[in-house]
Amino acid sequence: MGGIYVIGEVTPDGHLANISTEVATLARTVAAEGGQDVAGIVVAADPGPAAQELARYLPRVLAVTEPAAADRPWAMVAAERIAHILGNDTREFDFVGSGPDGRDLAGALSALTGWGVLGNAVAASWSDGSPVVEMSVFGGKLTTTSRFTTDAGIVTVRPNVVTATPLDAPGTVEPHENAEGLSQPAVRVVERVSEASAAVPIEEAKVIVAGGRGVGSEDGFGLVEELAEALGGVVGATRAAVDSGWIAYSQQIGQTGKIVKPQLYFALGISGAIQHKVGMQTAGTIVAINRDPDAPIAEFADMIVVGDLFEVGKAVLAELRARSG
Amino acid sequence: MRIVVLVKPVPDPASGAERLGPDGRLDRAAAPAVVNGNDEYALEAALKLIEEHGGEVTLVSMAPPNAPDTMRKALAMGAQSGVHVTDPALEGSDTLSTARVLAAALEALEFDLVLAGVDTSDGVAGVVPAGVAALRRLPYLSYAAKIEPDPGAATVRVRRISATGFDVLEAPMPALISCTQALGEPRYPSLKGIMAARSRTIETRALGDLGVDGSGVGGGVATTAVVDSTPPEARGATRVVRDAPDDAARQLVDFLAERRLLKGSN
Ligand SMILES: Cc1cc2nc3c(=O)[nH]c(=O)nc-3n(C[C@H](O)[C@H](O)[C@H](O)COP(=O)(O)OP(=O)(O)OC[C@H]3O[C@@H](n4cnc5c(N)ncnc54)[C@H](O)[C@@H]3O)c2cc1C
Ligand SMILES: Nc1ncnc2c1ncn2[C@@H]1O[C@H](COP(=O)(O)O)[C@@H](O)[C@H]1O
Repeated sequence: MGGIYVIGEVTPDGHLANISTEVATLARTVAAEGGQDVAGIVVAADPGPAAQELARYLPRVLAVTEPAAADRPWAMVAAERIAHILGNDTREFDFVGSGPDGRDLAGALSALTGWGVLGNAVAASWSDGSPVVEMSVFGGKLTTTSRFTTDAGIVTVRPNVVTATPLDAPGTVEPHENAEGLSQPAVRVVERVSEASAAVPIEEAKVIVAGGRGVGSEDGFGLVEELAEALGGVVGATRAAVDSGWIAYSQQIGQTGKIVKPQLYFALGISGAIQHKVGMQTAGTIVAINRDPDAPIAEFADMIVVGDLFEVGKAVLAELRARSG
Repeated sequence: MRIVVLVKPVPDPASGAERLGPDGRLDRAAAPAVVNGNDEYALEAALKLIEEHGGEVTLVSMAPPNAPDTMRKALAMGAQSGVHVTDPALEGSDTLSTARVLAAALEALEFDLVLAGVDTSDGVAGVVPAGVAALRRLPYLSYAAKIEPDPGAATVRVRRISATGFDVLEAPMPALISCTQALGEPRYPSLKGIMAARSRTIETRALGDLGVDGSGVGGGVATTAVVDSTPPEARGATRVVRDAPDDAARQLVDFLAERRLLKGSN
């Protein structure tokens, strides 16, 4: 087959994960530069809905019905299936998101096919017969440009590096039958638990309002939430706030949390320690409220308001509400 | 229970001194090495499990010759022994080689669980654990926030962090689990632990000892290469606002409006 494939990630309710629309948009641009074919592949117990959604972004999508995906973690099942269908290709590049599912898939598919992985792309293009991928490493201190040394490989793409853009007319969906059995051991999903958390995963948020130790308590996060609401964003946090039990680990940003790239990062009571900075310093705009003008965040924020986060935060909230009428 | 923890020595991210060498590979001399942050959470989880169920923890690292210095710190936290895979042929390995070599190293060990970190601060690929699991055909349970083995039934349950909450996964042991910080703060080594670590053994294994053909792994067959690197565009100067709250708030909101960052404008 050859060319570029976008691996559509599927949410537990059978829809296409948001990240896949961005990955498809990026892959389409790369394919156009290289004069390559681009197609999608969706593996799910009922791949129809997600495949239709992916076809809004790609000219052709393979919909692979895989019953095992119903009650097993998606990535390993999809990786094995995709290795069966595409793994014999010697000229092929696969693009997938860089979240947990995308990474699990990339790692397994790499092992099963012998293809390499370029992880966490922040940009990609095509030159000299293969993709060229930019990555931000060492906590954003360096941007590297990498390529594959072979004619096949897997690229994982960070959220928010392109704006998802549908095609003028949707592409076609082709059902794909498969006969081969799966040989990876089964892991069973016993239960899926939804917690009351932000509808938008923090990695995909365009606006993040984050609180640190300075916020002081779970109640204090009420103000952070109100600001997030007023700015149309989601709440983030430092490890200090998470460890204090004020907010869920899913919202933690930094070395051992999420790496984010929103258009706006608004930090309240956050010092900007290196382990936090590595998770957010590529944000478009960084503004901070901190009572300490010498906090490290002052060195890399675009604006810092020196003052008490509650006093200033409430005034900002009032100002935002006044302007939105 | 016998638990293997995959630990990677990485340049200390807090040193701020990480850099690439002229060949585009990590310059390991530039910054002091530490145990990868997420691997400390994996190790802590392993130590808690053997405190509860009994057993032993073995570290496995694929790393340059000086890695035992870093591995000792992990032994001091309480692991009983270590296996250090090192071979000149492994220099410049990519994630695929790493997965292959770690999979081969596991073949020589007996275990109920293998714990790894979800990703590394120097590479942040986050793909090695799934690769090792696929190669070894081990049940793979990833992004763990909670690990509950049932040694009697030889099964393990894991809470996997999901976009909207968590999934409860179950699989037979032996199995491979990738670990997050949600498992709990790593302990500091005690003085007793530090003393004990001095006499614990770290066995060295070359590729030949693992039965791995050196021509199939390492820098010579790396599937990816860094061809260029540049520091990212510098951020502009920081605007410092020291005015009273109402005035400061107006300036902040004006600034966001100028950049079209207010709700509805972005
Ligand atoms: C292996 C490892 C991994 C780590 N991973 C992460 C990670 O993923 N994410 C992460 O965030 N951290 C991580 N850390 C922790 C990191 O080193 C810092 O400890 C943490 O980021 C600090 O959080 P903070 O900024 O909320 O708290 P602090 O550093 O305590 O800063 C609080 C700030 O709030 C300001 N402040 C206090 N009260 C007010 C007020 N009323 N009004 C205005 N300002 C106020 C203070 O001036 C100060 O600057 C990690 C550490 C290690 C060792
Ligand atoms: N060289 C290595 N030696 C031991 N474990 C490793 C090595 N590389 C990766 N790992 C394990 O795999 C996890 C994820 O690594 P990575 O995919 O490289 O980000 C790490 O947290 C380790 O547990």
